[in-house]
Amino acid sequence: MHTPDVQPHEPEARYTDPIRKYIVIYLCILALATFQFVIAYSRIDGTAMFARMLFVALAEAGLALMFFMHLWAEKRGFLLFVVVFTGFVLLAMQYGWTDSYRMEVGAPYSQPKAGVVQQ
Amino acid sequence: MSQADLTMEGHPAGLTTGIPPFSIPAKKMAIWLFIIADAATFAACLVVYGFLRNGAPNWPRPFHSITNVALMTFILLTSSLTMLLGVRAAKTSDKAGAFRWTIITAIGGILFALLHVREWLALIAEGMTLFHNPWGTGLFGASFFCITGLHLLHVTGGVVALLAVGIRYRGGRYNADDLEVTGLYWHFVDLVWMFVVPFVYLLNLAH
Repeated sequence: MHTPDVQPHEPEARYTDPIRKYIVIYLCILALATFQFVIAYSRIDGTAMFARMLFVALAEAGLALMFFMHLWAEKRGFLLFVVVFTGFVLLAMQYGWTDSYRMEVGAPYSQPKAGVVQQ
Repeated sequence: MSQADLTMEGHPAGLTTGIPPFSIPAKKMAIWLFIIADAATFAACLVVYGFLRNGAPNWPRPFHSITNVALMTFILLTSSLTMLLGVRAAKTSDKAGAFRWTIITAIGGILFALLHVREWLALIAEGMTLFHNPWGTGLFGASFFCITGLHLLHVTGGVVALLAVGIRYRGGRYNADDLEVTGLYWHFVDLVWMFVVPFVYLLNLAH
């Protein structure tokens, strides 16, 4: 008799955690969102502000992914699949963006060479 | 792999036994794949927006107040909590509770959409269109309306899905798993907003 190598009844996210846990996560996300507004009114330069906001947004998204979307309670293989696959897709997109930025600022290859007459 | 692990057609056994990848229900797997693809779409929009913002010397900062966007954020985050409570109720066979929380979530989505439209109308009244605005480069309108519009489209679709799935769940045509899948989509819409707010609104505050 054939036995599948993946068991069909492995535990998956059950969504039956105590309500208190959900409320704590919700309050954490709300606090992080409020912190973003505080950062927006702080007197720091644009790059630092962007970096801090991105960091806080990633923390919020991580909490939402892991606990609101129950990724933490899913099977580890599935968690790895989602995180690694999404990360790969987003990072692979950056390959194109860097080239776009080069074209946007026109450096270094699209700059006219010295001594070359442009048509 | 032994011969016993192969079917008559020569495929690995896991592909033909009807067991989905990671032994996760097919609907849940499908919504996660959709979420990954949609995350790439929003990431592309936000990165392009970043390039435009960096490249334009006169990028506008038109937002004088954070009240509206703060209220929208609060409503959307709270609707995620109510969605969570709805799915939890469904998983514990509390059908009335699940339906109630789902409808409350949909109402949160409708409120969010109304506030969003009100904000759009206020900006349009100030002279902002897709390609022109009184404050700086016209690219701002295009990127703002595209990103927030795409998100608003997701919210609207989510509200319709919540109402449809909620009603059919109460009628017995859909089960708790269907509500869970809709909930995953709704949380994703909330997750995207966590990135839209800082980059599109808060970095463009008029100090």
